[in-house]
Amino acid sequence: MQLKVQYYALMREQAGRSEEWLETAAATPQRLYDDLAQRYGFTLTRDQLKVAVNSEFSDWSRPLSAGDAVVFIPPVAGG
Amino acid sequence: MHFRFTQTAIDTDAARRELLDGGAGAFTSFEGWVRDHNEGQEVTLLEYEAFQELAVKEGARIVAEALQRFAVLHARCIHRVGALKVSDMAVWVGVSSAHRGEAFDACRFIIDEVKHRVPIWKKEHYRSGDSGWVNCERCAAAPSSTAPTQGHHHHGEAAAPGAEAAALGAEAIAHSARK
Repeated sequence: MQLKVQYYALMREQAGRSEEWLETAAATPQRLYDDLAQRYGFTLTRDQLKVAVNSEFSDWSRPLSAGDAVVFIPPVAGG
Repeated sequence: MHFRFTQTAIDTDAARRELLDGGAGAFTSFEGWVRDHNEGQEVTLLEYEAFQELAVKEGARIVAEALQRFAVLHARCIHRVGALKVSDMAVWVGVSSAHRGEAFDACRFIIDEVKHRVPIWKKEHYRSGDSGWVNCERCAAAPSSTAPTQGHHHHGEAAAPGAEAAALGAEAIAHSARK
C-alpha cells in the first residue's frame, strides 16, 4: 500500500527529505519505523518517539491503511 | 485561534487586547526568550520547526484544559517558528481572569504543557560552529538509556522573570517518563 510519511527536525535531516510517498507492507507504525530506521539510519529509538497518523497522536500498533499520513515525533522542545 | 503560530515577531499588544474583558481584574503573561547560552555553549541562533497540523490541535486542547481547570476568562498562546536571534521572543502566553491567582496558575500550566506536549523542535547554533536539536542529539547518542542523564539537561531555569523559563531538564525527564 501507499503511505505518506513526513519528517521533522533531526529525522528530516537524517532522512534527507521532509516527506515522501512510500510503497510498504508495514501493517503498523511500529513496523514502518523499524523499516525506515534501517533505511535512513535514524538514531532515535522508537521509545524516544511518539507517532501521529493523519495528524492525530496514535498508538504504535494501530493498523495502517492506504493513504494514511504518518509522522514520527522526536522529543519535543517548544518554548 | 487560542493557540497559533507566527513566522514574524509576536505582536503582544494585539494578543493582549484579545483577552480584554470587563469581568477581568487580572492579566498575566509569560514570554519565552532566546537565551545566549546553553550547557556551556554560546548560542547565536535558534531555528524553530513545528508539525503545525497537529501542534495547533494539541495547543488548543491545552488552552481549553486551562480554561476548564482554572477559573479564568480568556487565554492565548502564540509560538514563533523560523530562525530567531538572541533575545527574540519564541513564545507568548496570556491569561485574563477575575483574580490574579488563577491567572498565574493557568499561565504556568499552559507554558509547561506546551513544552511537554506540542510537536515543536528547536535547533541551536553555537558560536563554535556546531549545532544540535535540543533534546534529540544527546538522547540519540545513548539510545539505550532509560533514565535520563545530565546530558538531557540542555536548558536551566532562567532566574529573570520573562526570560525563557521552565526547566527543560525536568521536562526532558517527564517526557521520557510519559512514553
